[in-house]
Amino acid sequence: MARPMSVSKGPRVGRDRGRVSLMRRKLGAFTVGQWLLALFLLPTALFMLAPFVWMVSTSLKTSGQVFEYPPNLIPHPIEWGNYLKVFTVLPFARFFLNSFIVAASVTVLQLVTSSLAAYAFARLRFPGRDALFLGYLGTLMIPGQVVIIPNFILLRYLGWINTYQGLILPAAFSAFGTFLLRQFFLTIPNELEDAAVVDGASRFQIYLRVILPLSGPALSALAIFTFLFQWNSFLFPLVVTNSVDMNTLTVGLRTLQGQYNTAWTLLMAGSVVALLPVLLVFVVAQRYFIRGITLTGLGGR
Amino acid sequence: MSAQTSSPPRRRRAQRRLARGEVWAAYGFLLPNLIGFLIFTFVPVFAALIISLTNWDLLQPAKWVGIRNYLQLMQDPLFGQVLRNTAIYVVGTVPVQMTLALLVALALNQNLPGKLFFRTAFFMPVVASTVAVALVWRWIFNADFGLLNEALYALGVKQPPHWLSSTHWALPAIMIMSVWQQIGYSMVLFLAGLQGVPAHLHEAARIDGAGPVQRFFFITIPMLTPTTFFVMVISVINSFQVFDQALIMTEGGPANATNTIVFHIYRNAFQYFHMGYAAAMAWVLFGIIFVVTLVQFRYQQRWVHYG
Repeated sequence: MARPMSVSKGPRVGRDRGRVSLMRRKLGAFTVGQWLLALFLLPTALFMLAPFVWMVSTSLKTSGQVFEYPPNLIPHPIEWGNYLKVFTVLPFARFFLNSFIVAASVTVLQLVTSSLAAYAFARLRFPGRDALFLGYLGTLMIPGQVVIIPNFILLRYLGWINTYQGLILPAAFSAFGTFLLRQFFLTIPNELEDAAVVDGASRFQIYLRVILPLSGPALSALAIFTFLFQWNSFLFPLVVTNSVDMNTLTVGLRTLQGQYNTAWTLLMAGSVVALLPVLLVFVVAQRYFIRGITLTGLGGR
Repeated sequence: MSAQTSSPPRRRRAQRRLARGEVWAAYGFLLPNLIGFLIFTFVPVFAALIISLTNWDLLQPAKWVGIRNYLQLMQDPLFGQVLRNTAIYVVGTVPVQMTLALLVALALNQNLPGKLFFRTAFFMPVVASTVAVALVWRWIFNADFGLLNEALYALGVKQPPHWLSSTHWALPAIMIMSVWQQIGYSMVLFLAGLQGVPAHLHEAARIDGAGPVQRFFFITIPMLTPTTFFVMVISVINSFQVFDQALIMTEGGPANATNTIVFHIYRNAFQYFHMGYAAAMAWVLFGIIFVVTLVQFRYQQRWVHYG
C-alpha cells in the first residue's frame, strides 16, 4: 500500500523528463491542481448546504431573533422550545408513524409482488406474456397525475379516504419495480436454475432459493428508492388524507404551514424534524443511495 | 454442476414436468402484482380518459360532454398561461441543472481532497423532501428578512427583487430552488457515466498527442452522450410534473405566475372538484410528455453515440 505512494511522490521519470508542472506538483496526497479545484468547488458546496444550515439556525431562534440584522448564524441564546412546540401544536409523532407505516408497507409489498411478477416475465413461458409486458411498459410513461383522479374517486367510493390501506395499496403495485427486477433477473445465468430443476426444485423454490439471493443489489436498490420516494411523496397523501391524524410527514408540514404561515422558527423546526431521519440514514449509508439511483435511474421525484 | 453430472433423460423429464406446470405457475407468480396493477394503474388510465369526457363534480351525476373539456382547455387563457409557465420552467431548469451537474461530476471524477464531503453536499438536496426544503427556500426568498435579500443588501443591491410576491420573480425563484435540488441527481448519473468511459481510449489519445482539452471534447463528451440523453429525458419528464414547490412556496401565485400544469390539475380536481376538466388536463399533460419524449428519441441519432 505504501509503495505506490512513495513512488508517485518523486518526480516522474521518462515522459516529463524530471520536470513537473506546477499543477502536477504534489502537496500531500494531492496535486496542486486538485487542491485548487477543491478550493474552487468549496463555495458551491457551501451554497448547496446553506439552506440546511439556515433551516437549523432559524429553528433554534426565538421569533424576535429571526428579524435581527445582520442575521446570526448561531443564535444567542439558543432556543430549543420550537422543537417542543412542534410536537405539541400538531401530532408530529403520529405523522412519523404514519409516514413510516406507509413507506415501509409500500416497500415490502412492492418488493414481494414485483419480484414475483418479474420472475414470471423473465423466466416462464405463458400465452400473452409479451403483450402483457408491453402493457406494463406502456404505463411507465404515463404521469401519476393521470391515475390520481380515478384512484381518489375509487378510494372515496370504498370509504378508504383517511385510511392506511388507502395510502398504501394504490402505491404498492409497481410496473416500474417489475420492469427493473425483470431486467436484473435476465442477467442471472440459466445454468444456476437448471441445477435446481434437476434436483427437483419447484419454480417457487427456485425463485426463493436461487433468484432472490442472487438479486441483492437490485432488491436493495429498489427498496431504498421506493422507501425514499414514499417517504417524500406529497401529492397523493395530500389528496387522500384530510384528517390531521392520518397526515404523513410531508402533509403534516403543509398543515403546519397552513396554521403558522409566517412562524418561521416553528416551520423550520418542523422541517428539521421531517428531514433529520432521512438525512442521517443518507449520510451513513450514502453509497447504497447512490447505487440505488444509478441502478434504477429514477430519482426522488 | 449437478446438471452436468446427471443423465440427459432425467434432466429432460424434469424439464417437461416444469413446462406443463409452467403456465399455471406463471399466473400464480403474476397474480398479486397483476391484480393491483390492473385496479390502481391500468384501469384508472382509461377511467381518467372517460372522466375527461364528462362534467363530473362528485355531487351531481356525471353528464357526458364529449370533447368539450378539451375544447374549453384550448380556449382557456389561464390554461395557456399555465402551459407557458410550465414550459419556461422546463426549458429554464433542465439545461442549467444538467450543465452544472456535468461540471460538478467532472470535478468529482478526479482524485480530490474532501471528495466524500463534496458528493454528500451536492447529493443531500436530492434525498430531502421537497416540501421541507421548499419551506426553507420560501423563508430564504422572503423579501424583507430572507437570507438572500439580506445578502443582496450587504452586497450593495439597493432594491432586491420581492421574489415570491413578485409576478416577475416568483417563477425564477422556484426555478432556482429546483436547480439546487436536482443537480445532485444528474451529477450521480453523470459520475456513473464518466466511470464507464474506458481508460484505454484516453491512453490511446494521449499517446497520439491529444491534450486534456482535446481529449475532453473528442472522447469524454461523445462517450458521455448516452448518459446525457438519459438524464435529459428523465429530467424533462420530471420537470413537466413540478408541483410540490408551486404549492408550498407560492400556491401558484401571485396572479398565477407560478401556476403549473400539475398544480392546476390539483386545484381543479381537489379544490373545485372539476373532475372532468382536471382529467382532461391530465391527459393533455400525458400527451405533451409523450410527444416531447418521442421527439427527443427521434433526434437522438444526430448526437448520441452508442459505443
